[in-house]
Amino acid sequence: MNEGFWTALLAFPFLQRALIAAWLASIACGAIGSFVVVKRIGFLAGGIAHAVLGGMGIALYLGLDPMAGALVAAVFSALLVGWVTLTWREYEDTLISAIWAVGMAIGVLFIALTPGYDKDLMSYLFGNVLLVGARDLWRMAALDLLLVAAVALGYRQFVAVAFDEHFAAQRGLRVRLVYLGLLVLVAITVVLLIQIVGLILVIALLTLPSAIAAHYTRRLGGMILLSMGIGVTLASIGLAVSFQRDWPGGATIIIVTGLAYLMSTLLHVARRRR
Amino acid sequence: MSAPVVELDRVDFAYHDLRVLENVSLRVEAGEFLAIVGPNAGGKTTLLRLLLGELKPTRGRVRVLGRKPAEARELVGYVPQYPRFQRDFPITVRQVVLMGRLTPRSLLFRYSRADHRVAERVMRRVEIADIAERPIGSLSGGQTQRVLLARALVGEPRLLVLDEPTANIDQRRESDIFDLLRELNREVTIIVVSHDIGFISAYVDRVACLNRTLLCHTTAELDAETIQRMYGAPVHHVEHVHE
Repeated sequence: MNEGFWTALLAFPFLQRALIAAWLASIACGAIGSFVVVKRIGFLAGGIAHAVLGGMGIALYLGLDPMAGALVAAVFSALLVGWVTLTWREYEDTLISAIWAVGMAIGVLFIALTPGYDKDLMSYLFGNVLLVGARDLWRMAALDLLLVAAVALGYRQFVAVAFDEHFAAQRGLRVRLVYLGLLVLVAITVVLLIQIVGLILVIALLTLPSAIAAHYTRRLGGMILLSMGIGVTLASIGLAVSFQRDWPGGATIIIVTGLAYLMSTLLHVARRRR
Repeated sequence: MSAPVVELDRVDFAYHDLRVLENVSLRVEAGEFLAIVGPNAGGKTTLLRLLLGELKPTRGRVRVLGRKPAEARELVGYVPQYPRFQRDFPITVRQVVLMGRLTPRSLLFRYSRADHRVAERVMRRVEIADIAERPIGSLSGGQTQRVLLARALVGEPRLLVLDEPTANIDQRRESDIFDLLRELNREVTIIVVSHDIGFISAYVDRVACLNRTLLCHTTAELDAETIQRMYGAPVHHVEHVHE
């Protein structure tokens, strides 16, 4: 069924770049998304992702690179969200909702104030994988490298804090620092994903491949590697389908991933019942 | 003569206006097996948290192995009352136990050979070696409790602190755990917190009865009058607080 896609892939560099971008995004999703799933911080990640629009809007208004603005805003909102959850845990829900919405509002405002702006907002929100340039790929690869190196270096610390914060503190681990570090890595991942699926759909790509992987492994390390593979596969399928049907790329990838998650969950439940 | 394992000197602790501990002095020497018993809300958990360095006394002094509690953390093994992790976390028993060897300087993926050796030895000791590769979520309450115990022991602590170690396991297993603790006590000082006085006094060297302050300190069996004093008092106390 995908013959047309594979032939086109050989012919069109933009399609090759789109596919490579989707793979690079899947590596980040596997490494960081697995921690988001086991630590159950999907909502926090959502807050961070949406607040990023604020930074992009401000950067655009100032005539700077919006992706640089996104990176700064993401790290800033990760630290803000982290500080909120560490300090006012009981109001966490409300405060993260506020950061989520206010960040987006700032973005919308500054984009509106920027003269000459027309269609970029949609691509920030929903991504535009077919417009990925060579420079974007290098940037994504660099961020991937950074993420993988950070996870490898701090692996046992991240696992310990994700598993049992209280015991980690008892062992003298710097729990707050490790936790904030994890949120910053989530933020960097979000920026990496924006180009592919846009910041509204980020959460699905961040969590679903890892959630599928969790059905088939009993080790976090295995979950990370497996979810990278699952992400690469599903993103490739999604891209192929979107190309053939002329559907929006990010949305198609998300729908394919969502369907895979649904099927995997049903299988998982059925297997357990037996 | 080395410093006592635990030394509390006229310790008070209050959460805002609520006095939880009052004038508590306690010395625990190396090799002891001490039970701290008392009613719920009698300050037992607060006392533990002072020993672990999670709280600071409002007044008085706490020393663990001659140091401030926060500085003695790596020498203290702690077994919580309930597991505080998600049962579906993708991790094996062995990896959970190995976490007891972590320090802030543990980087990358691998634990050292020495870490694995100690973990293996401890898992045999507490009889969980045969379930080492099982996911943590597949264990029974008693097995989970043993994993938590093993995780505390692999750090090779000089003091082992247990908070209600048998609260969520059945009674037959309860005596198994205490037999095991009795045995471990040959190598490590143990403090166990419990609300179950009758059962525990058969195993430990000394019982400290805590209800806001230390009411007794005894090596003998508890008499009815002490129990009355200890468990009679909190009823008034609680009523008073709610007035």
